[in-house]
Amino acid sequence: MSGPRVVTSRLGLPQSWTLRSYLDNGGYEGLRKALAMTPEEVHQATLDSSILGRGGAGFDAGRKWGMLRKAEPVYLVVNGDESEPATFKDHALIEGDPHQLIEGSLICAYAVRAARVFIFVRGEMALAQERLQAAVNEAYGYGAVGANILGSAFSVDIVVHPGAGAYICGEETALLESLEGKRGYPRIKPPYYPAAVGLYGAPTVVNNVETLSNLPWVLRNGSAAFAALGEGRSRGTKIMALSGHVRRPGNYEVEFAKVSFRELVYDPALGGGIRQDRALKAFIPGGVSAPWFGPQHLDLSLANETIAEAGSMAGSGAVTVMDETTCIVRAVWRITRFFHRESCGQCTPCREGSGWVEKVMRRIEDGHGRDADLELLMDICDNIAPGVSWPPAQTTICVLGPSIPSSVASGIRMFPDEFMDHIRLGRCPLPPDRLQTSSAYA
Amino acid sequence: MARLTHDNLLRARSLVALYPQERSALIPVLHVLQEQDGYLSPDGIEHVAELLDLTPAEVRGTASFYDMFHLEPVGKYLVAVCTNVACMLEGAYELLEHMEESLGVHPGGTTEDGAFTLEDAECLALCANGPCVTVNWRYFGDMTPARWDSLAADLRAGRLDDEVPPHGTLCRVRRAVGLMAGAGAPADGVGGDGAGGNGAKNATLDDHGRPVELGTSRTTPAVNSSLRATPPRGPQEGGHHEGGDEEDGR
Repeated sequence: MSGPRVVTSRLGLPQSWTLRSYLDNGGYEGLRKALAMTPEEVHQATLDSSILGRGGAGFDAGRKWGMLRKAEPVYLVVNGDESEPATFKDHALIEGDPHQLIEGSLICAYAVRAARVFIFVRGEMALAQERLQAAVNEAYGYGAVGANILGSAFSVDIVVHPGAGAYICGEETALLESLEGKRGYPRIKPPYYPAAVGLYGAPTVVNNVETLSNLPWVLRNGSAAFAALGEGRSRGTKIMALSGHVRRPGNYEVEFAKVSFRELVYDPALGGGIRQDRALKAFIPGGVSAPWFGPQHLDLSLANETIAEAGSMAGSGAVTVMDETTCIVRAVWRITRFFHRESCGQCTPCREGSGWVEKVMRRIEDGHGRDADLELLMDICDNIAPGVSWPPAQTTICVLGPSIPSSVASGIRMFPDEFMDHIRLGRCPLPPDRLQTSSAYA
Repeated sequence: MARLTHDNLLRARSLVALYPQERSALIPVLHVLQEQDGYLSPDGIEHVAELLDLTPAEVRGTASFYDMFHLEPVGKYLVAVCTNVACMLEGAYELLEHMEESLGVHPGGTTEDGAFTLEDAECLALCANGPCVTVNWRYFGDMTPARWDSLAADLRAGRLDDEVPPHGTLCRVRRAVGLMAGAGAPADGVGGDGAGGNGAKNATLDDHGRPVELGTSRTTPAVNSSLRATPPRGPQEGGHHEGGDEEDGR
């Protein structure tokens, strides 16, 4: 039996990014179906599919649209700023199937009666921008975008907007600020949702690339077919971006809630196991903002609620595997360095805490750690997110700050001896070739 | 350096026309400026400020927030090495060390001949092909010290000029039409102002009329093969993407 492919069915086809290929493979049929319905019916179909947002927060997409303040104009902003470390699914979707994203965006725009669509693409993804802009040009030529779309009374424009390099712009209110031509500072809440106050203050839907890329399939095959996949709140499929010490890193579309981490990592058709048959030491289940898991968590199913119950988050679907040769201190240090570099600087706990934590982590890895450093690290984490629990308490405008303690606390709680060994020995206790694993596919 | 050229000014105006509020075009227009000069020059910033009715301080204040904008000149090739956790596990720091030695610069530095500026980057979203490197934002995955050496030689010899444009050039495909949906959409667009006049059918020509090849670039072998949409069960029926890692884009 073949597994369901909802969003990745065309990836890998020759010239999959062209209109020709798209039309040959069911392209724009979902949009035609949508245009034969009322916007309310399309919205209802999305609600019935119960698709959760695929960007990280896992918010119900149909409900999000339903929260729009009753005012005009309404904007649709597509979040293609994929920057969460170890996440690379939207990158592949935009480059490999840009028309699917365009079609999904148009279906949403029709349902919410959007006045214009802005697709915000991460600045660094040059080829993705080129393929998407070429696809938008083709779609205009085909009559799928612009005035009287596919002969209907519905008209909307799509604008491809490049970012310029800032992790924080993946946070939806920072993304809106950036789209308004400003520094990417997350907005103070309330108002909590762009649905109330979004782009230029107008009611705005902000949806992730993968979320919208599901919609053409939902319209073509029906909400019931989509909701029949998965379990509980996690319906449909999810792209898992698998990286680290597995034999076959890559993006894998799996049925939501039906596959475990163990299958993802070890199944020969998925991750293929750990290189050189080494033991798994730890893995990050949902991007570097998420608390880590160990071997005892391998049998958890890949579902938002299961992972949340176990004390972490499914996040963007990025799973990074670390084998027994990994220096945990070094991995944690690198993640804290990321947050320090990417903190926007508005809130003191995040701005100061991220730098302080990074410095302490760095000195431990460099062999200059102090006996009190673990206590100090946990104390700083407690100042950033009081209680250092999950989900974290928030002292900052956005969730970047509260994500800083995730890796630090995970590392210290799961591997306290390894931290203490660094401090006692005054050096990293792992073999010096611990990171020389590139091309070590065995 | 210079203000925007006449052609780039027209490009900038056509970008402004796409947004309900003109300031939204600031970042796209700054990309045009960076494409023109390779960095954001003071004169260019002043010109952009005039165009968008902002002060130069507001433009610089926004630009300085973003990693991709450079307020000082950089090398012809901006080389970003991802060292974030997924690439680190694949040996990114060993690669970076080799590149520092072979180029003779540390991250942030530019080689004496002005050919390369090296950057130690955050995750570039090509994590199945770590360690990954971008050159002027064109991707090169599965990088090794030896592969870097030959890539650097190819770049210096100009053998990759078609695939890797000069620093600052981001999206080589221009929007083919202006806004069409009405509801306050300005009637003019890119097509009408002489800035290229590309119709939808030749949309993949760049502004010099040269075709932009979007398919076969070997700068991104990894992206096409990294997404192995494999069924979740039944590995024996793994589909048409099967094959060893070595065959899959290496």
